[in-house]
Amino acid sequence: MDLKFSEADVTFREEVVNFLETEYPDDIKEKQDKRIPLEKDEIVRWQQILNKKGWFAINWPTEYTNQEELSVTQKYILQEELAKANTPTTIPFGVGMCAPVVYTFGTDEQKEKFLPSILNSEVWWCQGYSEPGSGSDLASLKTKAELKGDKYIVNGAKTWTTLAQHADWIFCLVRTETTDIKQEGISFLLIDMKTPGIEVKPIITIDGSHEVNMVYFDNVEVPAENLVGEQGQGWNIAKFLLAHERSGIAGIAALKRELSRLKDLSSDIPLGEGTLLEDVQFRNKIEETEIELTATEFTELRTLAAMSQGGSPGAESSILKIKGTELQQTISELFVEMLAYYAHPFYLENEIGTNETVGPDYAAPVMPHYLNYRKVTIYGGSNEIQRNVISKAILGL
Amino acid sequence: MDFTFNEEQTLIQDQVDQFVQKEYDWETRQSLSNSDLGFGESNWQKFAELGWLGISVSEDSGGFGGSAIESMLIMEAFGKGLVVEPFLETMIMAGSLIDDHGSDEQKSSVLEPAISGEMHLALAYAEPQSRFNLSDVVTEAKSDGENYILNGYKSVVMNGPSASKIIVSARTSSSQLDENGITLFIVDSDSKGLAKTNYKTVDGRRASDLTLENVSVSRDNIIGGLDSGFEILDSAIDKSILAISAEAVGAMEVLYKTTVEYTKTREQFGTSIGKFQVLQHRMVDMFMEYEQCKSLLYMATMKHEEGAPDAKKAISGLKYQVGKAGKFIGQQAVQLHGGMGVTDELNVGHYFKRLTTVGTIFGNTDYHLKKYTSL
Repeated sequence: MDLKFSEADVTFREEVVNFLETEYPDDIKEKQDKRIPLEKDEIVRWQQILNKKGWFAINWPTEYTNQEELSVTQKYILQEELAKANTPTTIPFGVGMCAPVVYTFGTDEQKEKFLPSILNSEVWWCQGYSEPGSGSDLASLKTKAELKGDKYIVNGAKTWTTLAQHADWIFCLVRTETTDIKQEGISFLLIDMKTPGIEVKPIITIDGSHEVNMVYFDNVEVPAENLVGEQGQGWNIAKFLLAHERSGIAGIAALKRELSRLKDLSSDIPLGEGTLLEDVQFRNKIEETEIELTATEFTELRTLAAMSQGGSPGAESSILKIKGTELQQTISELFVEMLAYYAHPFYLENEIGTNETVGPDYAAPVMPHYLNYRKVTIYGGSNEIQRNVISKAILGL
Repeated sequence: MDFTFNEEQTLIQDQVDQFVQKEYDWETRQSLSNSDLGFGESNWQKFAELGWLGISVSEDSGGFGGSAIESMLIMEAFGKGLVVEPFLETMIMAGSLIDDHGSDEQKSSVLEPAISGEMHLALAYAEPQSRFNLSDVVTEAKSDGENYILNGYKSVVMNGPSASKIIVSARTSSSQLDENGITLFIVDSDSKGLAKTNYKTVDGRRASDLTLENVSVSRDNIIGGLDSGFEILDSAIDKSILAISAEAVGAMEVLYKTTVEYTKTREQFGTSIGKFQVLQHRMVDMFMEYEQCKSLLYMATMKHEEGAPDAKKAISGLKYQVGKAGKFIGQQAVQLHGGMGVTDELNVGHYFKRLTTVGTIFGNTDYHLKKYTSL
């Protein structure tokens, strides 16, 4: 047992800090610091900068990246520094979700075709999982893919598809067979978004933003070679991927940054003779959150350590999903509390960061963020489902 | 002890409920909220014609002499439909204040046109640094012959854009946090030196920030006496808390019922999700929180009407409970609706947003817990 960082780790941290000082573009930094939503090309540009340094696809086997492998501790340091500097969140659908599926289950041709363009962020991926009738019960999905000759004909609809408006490709769970056990008829299919018959319709959320979409498939022809794994193996791939998705979902480093920002900002807010941060009620809530966050951080570190010893993220990652998302919501709520009345003026994405807003300059994105983050306990397998997973898989109930 | 309403009260309750059910469907509400004005002018005229606007105003002031109970019934029904017409802002916050403390001239020139639907009002009490503390006032008013000259800044004035008269709290003596030395002025919206920045609020309503630069107001526009605005303001806010809590109770009722209905029809894993015990217990908790709010609402409204010595404590207890329950019911209604709960299209998210702002307006749970302890 040892909490200290080695000398090599300290050197690595310096390298990250230096990298951020020189390579983090000023224009992106300014938008990030003002919490102005980024355009697609800005996100891509940042991901490419990270990749050039070998710090984008850090969880891939090195044979697909030709980059140096980072230790668990180095990954932790990297993520902490990236978050501390408030760099853009990388989009996980390609690098963190589709790619692991392709390199784990795909053919050599598929690896060659898809991995390089994910690595250099040339191709933007989105995820076709949920359907209007299939949320928590994902296996009940109905989007149908019928094999006709060397093509699948896809019909159906996917929903809550994040940033599909930017996507070049979508990875989908589709029903290739009607079986007694519904999980057995599901397959994993990669679909080019430019294929005729695909229509993307925006869903506007309560924060007024366009982040998620409906994606409709009307007789969409997909080459059979775009099937990953065996036909009917889709559910196993989905389970593999859900564990992957959950392992990064806690977002600890970003939470630490936001909590410290909350402390800074609230120490500048006058309350009677003192400040809001000095107010016992508010202070207690911050401290309770900090303790919970520290516990979650070390739960994650223990999980990561076990993984580096050859374990795979299993039901334990459900703990991180639950605790991480609850913390995200708690902190977003404390920001709203901090602002009091100035959380109420409501601006659309394109007005945030302009001079038209009233109140403190950081106020405008606070309420939209709180509202938007109601999603985090719903997506990626709702927290109710995660508790079922823990109850069955860990407690054996 | 009697929790029943009298015949007239039942009548008004039915009337407002009918209006919300028949004339205020969700589509109508959204188009009004998204319109330039932010509410329906024809609805407002209708409220005036039906006598709703003046219902709780005393007969001496040109109203119909009802009590806070009538306002409570109207606001509860409005809460069910998430009504955006500024009844709270014009008639309770500003209107009741003039009713209780205004001069005859102020009543005839400001309150009467409000009752007849010709004039909108607002109450500007908050400042950037004040949070919920009504006595934290920096905006100052200096005597200048027959007039006072106002300088300062007022935050998030609800219904500010439509209000042609705004009641502004300003410091006429003592220091920033003092309860003494605050005076209330009726300020004309088109006064020279008064600038409004208007905006939409997250609950689909409208508000303004006000800049006052050498705004000249005559002495006749002081409400109550010089330096004695705090108590007047405090009692107007008490009435406003009762009203907004009634609105919240109405919104909570819709949310818990909508959620129960949804979970009966939404099927996952081959059964309706309402069959899952974890969700059943969650909804039972939502229901109980709503009932608890309603109990405190009735209790606090009656204590206030009776002038009970612990009425203020009851009102703080109520607002604390409304904040806590509103957050729980709002968040869980969204959670149990899944992705649909986060969409702009479904009404659930909008009820959640209103309960979120209600939790803050006139003081959040921390503020009222502290106040409750101190009373």
